[in-house]
Amino acid sequence: MSELTRLTIAEARDKLAAREFSASDLTGDYLDAIDAANPALNAYITVTHDKAREMAKASDARLAKGSGGALEGIPLGIKDLFATEGVHTQAASHILDRFEPRYESTVTANLWADGAVMLGKLNMDEFAMGSSNETSYYGPVVNPWRAKGSNMDLVPGGSSGGSAAATAAWLCAGATATDTGGSIRQPAAFTGTVGIKPTYGRCSRWGIVAFASSLDQAGPIARDVRDAAILLKSMASSDPKDTTSTELPVPDYEAAIGRSLKGMKIGIPAEYHMDGMPGEIETLWQKGIAWLKDAGAEIVNISLPHTKYALPAYYIVAPAEASSNLARYDGVRYGLRKTGGDITDLYEKTRAAGFGAEVQRRVLIGTYVLSAGYYDAYYLRAQKVRTLIKRDFETVFSDGIDAILTPATPSAAFGVGDQDMAADPVKMYLNDIFTVTVNMAGLPGIAVPAGLDNNGLPLGLQLIGRPFDEETLFAAAHIIEQAAGRLHPVKWW
Amino acid sequence: MSVDTRTVKKVARLARIALSDDDAVRMTGELNTILGFVEQLNEVDVSGVEPMTSVIPMAMKKRHDVVSDGGKAADIVANSPSSEDNFFMVPKVVE
Repeated sequence: MSELTRLTIAEARDKLAAREFSASDLTGDYLDAIDAANPALNAYITVTHDKAREMAKASDARLAKGSGGALEGIPLGIKDLFATEGVHTQAASHILDRFEPRYESTVTANLWADGAVMLGKLNMDEFAMGSSNETSYYGPVVNPWRAKGSNMDLVPGGSSGGSAAATAAWLCAGATATDTGGSIRQPAAFTGTVGIKPTYGRCSRWGIVAFASSLDQAGPIARDVRDAAILLKSMASSDPKDTTSTELPVPDYEAAIGRSLKGMKIGIPAEYHMDGMPGEIETLWQKGIAWLKDAGAEIVNISLPHTKYALPAYYIVAPAEASSNLARYDGVRYGLRKTGGDITDLYEKTRAAGFGAEVQRRVLIGTYVLSAGYYDAYYLRAQKVRTLIKRDFETVFSDGIDAILTPATPSAAFGVGDQDMAADPVKMYLNDIFTVTVNMAGLPGIAVPAGLDNNGLPLGLQLIGRPFDEETLFAAAHIIEQAAGRLHPVKWW
Repeated sequence: MSVDTRTVKKVARLARIALSDDDAVRMTGELNTILGFVEQLNEVDVSGVEPMTSVIPMAMKKRHDVVSDGGKAADIVANSPSSEDNFFMVPKVVE
């Protein structure tokens, strides 16, 4: 394996600026690594070899002139949910068959404006609905991590499974991802990478295929905390094309790394001690508490009483919004079309053939909870519960808590084709139990690797912050990263 | 609350997804598992609680009522499975 692909973004950035190697060298090495690994890992749906080389060449010209941007020459993978002009954009769904947008999402446009290079489009759960990357039309992604002494394929988590696997396996320097209920943080935890879901409104949603608009947020997956900070700074912006985009200026997140935690109050919520949670995760959580305490933070026990209701409320709100957002896939304006009979047949056959089983399930649940006679009982009640979940967080923040520490997931990565999860959709949904509260309240959350379980698989911790205080999360996550050390898989692919 | 197969078929019709009889039976079981799971929300006292409308307090952004984009008919139909002269083609809707 090339040494260049092992560099972090921060390291590659400095070495590119010093002209130790060229952006074309770096991109070439990543393309070789992808071509060698993708048959085994299936992280990329499309590799944009020519575009990547062209972009790298342009970066080299700018670097030679000394006019490089913040991400000049850094090769990134892009989740298939982001519209990329003239390049495969299907949300890993068959219904967007051969869709190539004529426009670019705001987040990716920001990255290219800063000089980043696109390597290709990354696999994901179909329409970001899933926690294992197994609902993709393009097949599951394989986690680069394996349990000690085992050659069983494990899932990388989801929905940003391709983003997490590619980042962990050195197939991109970092990746874009999105998070509606945990889709950045859970795969980051399963692959020993760092993933941050910023505050709702921090990254523009324009040009990102919509799943549940009141919950969706873009963020990066990276190999360390500093790289995540560098990527988020470029991805975030105020965008007139997204009415929920914030007007607040984007801080220099990287500058927050190394900031002291002295005097900071870290909340430990009682409700996150779940029944049946593996002892290893409880132990890891205690370690995280000790590390933050050693760094000068004050640890405070807190209560977030409505935690257990976040997941059931999510499984009303998210499908309801999805059923509305996905109404546009009708076989008329883009993507797949199945004909035969009248226009209603066209819609029904196209949607039956184009949507996978999980997407159909969620569209039906959403249609049901929004239908006449059930709206108040389900949707309205869920939105009221959501108010209570947000209020829980507001109460602890107004009591002086600066950030909250929790486990990121209730388990380590599980096997591809896990029979228990396949038999019961709710079992799969429980993967998001610790992350979904954050989306329901619109808060920022970061997952950072904190150690290995007894099988040698990575586990992560989550930090939850006040609205638009991603800086505290980067500072605290960096403390955990320094204590835990960075985690890398042993290459087998 | 739970759903029967007839209700599932009705909902599938509303959602414009063709569902075979076998699929409708399977889907009925799966939807009832999910509906059973969300049932616990009934334990929560929500009296006097406002439903959430926005997670971040913000005023709705407005833009000037002016034409700021357009002239892109060819781009708009570019990904259509069937188009002619910049129109989307569909089966006959009105006799």
